[in-house]
Formats: sequence, structure tokens, C-alpha cells
Amino acid sequence: MAAGVATWLPFARAAAVGWLPLAKKTMPKPPVDNSSRSDEILYVNVSGVRFQTWKNTLDRYPDTLLGSSEKEFFYNEDTQEYFFDRDPEMFRHILNFYRTGKLHYPRHECIQAFDEELAFYGIVPEIIGDCCMEEYRDRKKENQERLAEDTEANEANDAPLPPHSTSRERLWRAFENPHTSTMALVFYYVTGFFIAVSVIANVVETVPCQPPKGMVKDLPCGVKYQLAFFCMDTACVLIFTFEYLMRLFAAPSRCKFMRSVMSVIDVVAIMPYYIGLVMPENEDVSGAFVTLRVFRVFRIFKFSRHSQGLRILGYTLKSCASELGFLLFSLTMAIIIFATVMFYAEKGTKGSTFTSIPASFWYTIVTMTTLGYGDMVPNTIAGKIFGSICSLSGVLVIALPVPVIVSNFSRIYHQNQRADKMRAQQKVRLARIRMAKKGTANAFLQYKEDHTLGDRDSDSTALCVKNRSAFEHQHNHLLHCLEKTTNHEFTDEMTYSELCMTESVGFRTSRSTSLSSQQGAQNNSTGCCPRRARRRAAMRLANSTVSVSRGSVQELDTLQFKTTSIPPQTRSSLNAQPDDLKLNCGDQDFTAAIISIPTPPANTPDESLPPSPTPVPGILRNTRATAYTHETVKISSL
Amino acid sequence: MGLVMGTFSLQSKPVTYHKDKADDDLEMTIVCHRPEGLDQLEAQTNFSKRELQVLYRGFKNECPSGVVNEETFKQIYSQFFPHGDASTYAHYLFNAFDTGNTGSIKFEDFVTALSILLRGSVTEKLQWTFNLYDINRDGYINKEEMTDIVRAIYDMMGKYTYPVLKTDAPKQHVDAFFQKMDKNRDGVVTLDEFILSCQEDENIMRSLQLFENVI
Repeated sequence: MAAGVATWLPFARAAAVGWLPLAKKTMPKPPVDNSSRSDEILYVNVSGVRFQTWKNTLDRYPDTLLGSSEKEFFYNEDTQEYFFDRDPEMFRHILNFYRTGKLHYPRHECIQAFDEELAFYGIVPEIIGDCCMEEYRDRKKENQERLAEDTEANEANDAPLPPHSTSRERLWRAFENPHTSTMALVFYYVTGFFIAVSVIANVVETVPCQPPKGMVKDLPCGVKYQLAFFCMDTACVLIFTFEYLMRLFAAPSRCKFMRSVMSVIDVVAIMPYYIGLVMPENEDVSGAFVTLRVFRVFRIFKFSRHSQGLRILGYTLKSCASELGFLLFSLTMAIIIFATVMFYAEKGTKGSTFTSIPASFWYTIVTMTTLGYGDMVPNTIAGKIFGSICSLSGVLVIALPVPVIVSNFSRIYHQNQRADKMRAQQKVRLARIRMAKKGTANAFLQYKEDHTLGDRDSDSTALCVKNRSAFEHQHNHLLHCLEKTTNHEFTDEMTYSELCMTESVGFRTSRSTSLSSQQGAQNNSTGCCPRRARRRAAMRLANSTVSVSRGSVQELDTLQFKTTSIPPQTRSSLNAQPDDLKLNCGDQDFTAAIISIPTPPANTPDESLPPSPTPVPGILRNTRATAYTHETVKISSL
Repeated sequence: MGLVMGTFSLQSKPVTYHKDKADDDLEMTIVCHRPEGLDQLEAQTNFSKRELQVLYRGFKNECPSGVVNEETFKQIYSQFFPHGDASTYAHYLFNAFDTGNTGSIKFEDFVTALSILLRGSVTEKLQWTFNLYDINRDGYINKEEMTDIVRAIYDMMGKYTYPVLKTDAPKQHVDAFFQKMDKNRDGVVTLDEFILSCQEDENIMRSLQLFENVI
């Protein structure tokens, strides 16, 4: 129910007295309302800006944060006010909503920030007033489109190829994104070259060449050098056929591929040749065959795979279909009207070229598009008058839909530009982010190093770690716990890529249980992503009591079930508290994993050491990690 | 060709501009009514100053111009009864509130009526109700008036009721009412008959107390 309805409720209830004499049954008891009736002023402090309002004002919308008891969570007893650590500028609008019943959208604010504030205060954006609703919706749609583009640009083309995809998938990828491999690029350029050659050959073969000896008339080159052109054509068609068949083979969905525009163009481009081969050298039929050769010019459309601009143009025309339709329709109407008028106006004159109404169509079209060939000209005065009206209205009618088409093209073109720019900038951005992250990762590695040194020499550690904040310490401890949990370690990028190379070969060793092998296979197929591997490991720890075998089966069994206490001087003693683990909400499996490991294991390291210290797939070790091998097994009391 | 199209379109209906409505709104906001002082209202009604303040704040927020016209009144009332059509009953209510027949309810009318309904004596309440039922204000309730009122109330129920609403339900209801209220069987109910009959009915007396702490 809308806003001030709450205000009118007492009146509506009072008016119910009017029903009483008519009532057939006794009235039910009214609800007892124990809340304080007297109105009071509430103080709301939003990041230091104090707002005051009547309690009733906020109570108008009981299904929002401020109107319900949820605001009690934000009540500060000491200062007797409600404190919100949010944007005071936005809060102004929110509070105005309570006061006036209309939610306005401030145009200078970011749409996402506004949405977030609304979500926080429990207000549905649909109640934005009509004055601001359109603006809000436009901005929101624009924003969503932009985000969708960005995610598309991110995930689509430049994503690394998943390993062990079939050759078919690889082939399809090569066709769709020539930039991914050199072979694909070569093929791309070769096909481009042959398209150009084919088109040029088609054009040149009609040019008149010097006649051979013994003939007077000029011959078109196609006839003079028939064999040469035939060979060239054959070569091109062979390449095109091969390409088409390859694409057909590689396409993930063959039916969809065959229905796509490019595929149709391909077929139309190569068909005439084959039909020509099949057709007998019959005079009657070869007339039709000549027409078929026209279709060879469709080969030029194959260039649209190579050119972004052509594709944009095609897409624009498709999206402006309605405007084009309107243009066509209105032109047709105009042509018919004016052709009729001109025909009847010029009917009387002798030797008039306006022989029929369809004949006048040509005149009308030529005049409306302001071409004016001059092959048909009106002679009567009436004809001239109507002719001039025709040309004026032609200009108008054509000029009308054109701006719409232009603006559509501009929008789509800019979208594309933006996508390309995004993609280019993305690389730089990602590189910078990676550098920053590496800084923190290195900090952790440094921390670990310091602590291993610390085992031997506690003094130097004290010096090293002093200049780190409490937060860093806790964070590093957390990462350490994570390593212990999953029995993997963090490492840096270089080492990792090296390991990836070596492991992908040595991965397919046999597993002790089918379960673990399945899991192992699953794990590796996520790609060489350390975090995901760890999460999977953690999940499996949660789900299965069977070992999460990456190496030997017994290793983690022992880890799970050992219950002896940890000797204090090991590093694990640092990891004593299980409740420091502040995991974010997303990693729910993860929390479970940690909890499910019951008690600290690891009496002696050697027993539970994996039999082979060679890099087992997934366990990513530092090159300087040999010291760790012994300690990785000591899982802390998580 | 554009000219041709233009001439064709001129034949169609003239475009109505929405100037009139804007003018109306402008008038509404100019006509601003302020209620008499708080003390006077306190004296005239059974509400305390605090309660009047709360009431006025709500009223002023919803109707910045200080008056409620019938359309707005109907809309507000209909929001409480989304199932059916509350406009007829709202119309009768409006007339009952608008004691001066000015066509709009001012804050004083609003508060006066609320005072009677929530804080008034039994006689006052019954008098108000009688006034509501007596549509033409002639001092008598006849069967037609009552039927209108009852039908309006049944309209608020809407279509989907259990048990299914029969078409003669209002009529039956009115007959039962007259059976009870019309003492001298003259076909109309006067104020005295009404008050007397209601005072005899315990149910009614009891339910009149129910709405006292609405505010």
C-alpha cells in the first residue's frame, strides 16, 4: 500500500462505526497496540550528518529498514541515536521519500551507488516517482548493457583455451579467433588473399583484351585466357570448399552453423562452380548458367569475416529494419501516386515517353532520388508542375528515416569501439592488478620465510616482522592456515607456470582409488588455477572422508585422524586459534572443510610424509620449499 | 507527398491539449486552507493538543493544500478495500464528513468527525451514523436510502466472497434492519427510533466501544 495510507488508517477505522448498526455478527476485538502512542523525534546520524524526523514519518513504510524494527540494530545507546555508516547525500533522498512519499533519483549520482543504497534501506526501486523514473530506467539499462559488454569482452575471445579440449573445439576456436594461434592466422590471411584473387579475377575476365591473331573484334579476357581463368577459379573454389567443410566439421552445432548467414554466403559463393561443372555444354542451359555466374560476386561478402566494419554495417541495417521498412513503404506509396499523376498529365502529348504507369515509375524514382537522368522529361505544364512537387517531396521522404539509421550506426559503432578499447585497456589493468597482488603474495611468502628463519633464530625474526601491522600478521596467519588445510602452498607466478608445464605431462599416473582419480581429473580440468584447486581440495575434505589424494592416499588420512598434541616449538603452534578464520560468505564449502578436520594430527612428520617428494600435480611448491616439505604435514588445530 | 499526408491528418479529431487539467491543479494549490488555532480545535473536539498535532501533520502531508476533495477521498478509501469497489460508500462517507456541504473536507471537518467517532458519547456516535445513512438529510431513513447504503457496503466486499454473494442479499439485509429498527412500522426510521433500537441491542453497544483507541 502506498505512503500516506498509513496516515489515513485511523480515519478508515473510525469510519467503520458506520457499519455497526448494520452488522449481522459481533465485531471482532481490535488488535492491541502496546507501542507508545505519543509521537517522538528520532535522531539519525549518517556518517556524522544528523537528521531528525518524527517517528511517525519513518513508520509510514513498515517494510523498509527505517520503518521496521531492523533499525534497532543500528541504535547507539550512548548517543541515543541511530547511526548509519553510509552516504549522507543519498540518505537525504531516502529520508525525503519517507517525508513526501515520492522517491526521486538524483541525476548526478552513479546509478549503482544509488541502487546499493536503496537495497540497504530496503526500498524497492520501482516506487521511484514518475518524474524520475524514466531517467532512472535509461541509466540503469545503459549501465547494464555496458557491464554485459564488458563481461562478454572479458570472457569471450581471449580466455585461454581449456586444456585437453578436443581437436574439433580447437579447430573451431582457430576459425573464430584467428589471433589465438599462428596457424589460424596464416589460414585467415590465405583465405582473405584468395577471396581477393577470386573477386579480381571475376572482374578482370570481363575486360576486353587484344583479340588473338585472326580475329577483329575485341574479346573479353575471360574468353581469351579461358584456361588460366579456369585454373584460378578452380583453385579458389577448392580453398573455399575446404574451408567450408572444415568449418562445418568444427562447428559445435552443425544445424545452427548451416543456418547462419556466413555459411549461406559460403555456399552461394561456391555453388555456381560446381553447377557449372555438372551442367552439359548445352546452348539453352548455358544461358541460365551465365546468370549463375553472377552469384560468384557474393564471394566479396566473405570479406565480412575479415572486416569488423562490414559486420557493424550489416548489424546496423538489421537493427534499423523498421525504419528501412517505413522508408520503403512510403517511397512505394509516393512512387505510385506520382507515377499515376504524371502519366495522366503527359497522356496527351505526342511522342511522350510516359507510355504507361509502370513506365512512369522509372521517372518518379529517378526524380525523387534527385538523380534526374533526363531520359524521360515532362513536356506539359501540368506535368512539369507535378514533376517539381515530386522531386521536392522525394527529398523530404528520404531525409526522414536517415537520421535514425545514422544514430543507430553511430551507437553500435561506438559500442564496438568501446569494447575494443576496453579489451586493450584490460590487459594493462590486469597487469597492474597482478603486480599489486604479487606484492601482497610476496609479502606472505616473505612472512613465511621470516617465520622459518624464526624457528632457528628468534631474535632476527623479531626484527623482521616488527614493521608489519597487526592486520598483516593476522592476514598472513590466515593464509598460512589455508595452506595447512589444503596441504598446498602459495607460490609465485613463474614457479607456477614452470610447474604447470612439467605436470601436465606427468599427471596421468594411476590412482589408488577410482574416487580419487575422478576427483583428481576433475581438479586438473579446472585449469591450472591454484585457488580453485585448493577450494576443490577443501570441498573434498568436507565431503568425503576418503583421502583427498593428490599424492598418496594415506597421507591425509593420517592428517585427519591423528590426535596428538603439537610440539610447541613448531610453527604450527602459531596457528593455534581456530576462530581467527574470517572467511567471506562465498566460501561456504570452505568453512565446512576447516571444521570437519577434527583435531590436530601429525605426531611425526616422517610417517605421513608423501612417499615421493616429486611435484605431485597440484601441490605447488616453491623452489625454495624443501624446508617446507617436512612441515606442510603438520596441520594445525583447525 | 508530405503535404498530402498533412491534409489527410487535418481531417481527424482536433488534438486536445491538457491545459484545463493543469489549470485545475494550479487552482487547487492556490486555494490553501489553514485550520483555526490549535487551542480552538482542542476546545471543540475531544482530542488533546498532542493528538491534534499528530493528526494535522499526517493530514497536511497528504493534502498540502489543506482540503480533501471527493476524488482524493474516494481514492484514499479505496486503497483500504482493494477487493471491491469502495467508491460508492466513500461518496456517502464524504457527504457525512462534509457537514457544510462545501464539496471538500477541511481539517476541522475531519477532526470533528473523528472526535465524534472515537471519543464521542454513544448518542453522538449513533447520531453521526444516522446522518450517514440519511442520504438526503430529511431526517428519515427510508428503504431506498438504506438499500443504497447496504449495497455500497456489499460492493466493497468484491466478487470473491464465501459464501457466494446473492443478488438479493442487500435487500434481505435491509428488510432485517427495518424489522428491527422501524418501531411504528411506518416504512421510515427516525432518529429517535434509531437510537432507541440501537440502545436495546447489546451487540451494537458493545462494538461501539471497540474503536476508542484507534488514535
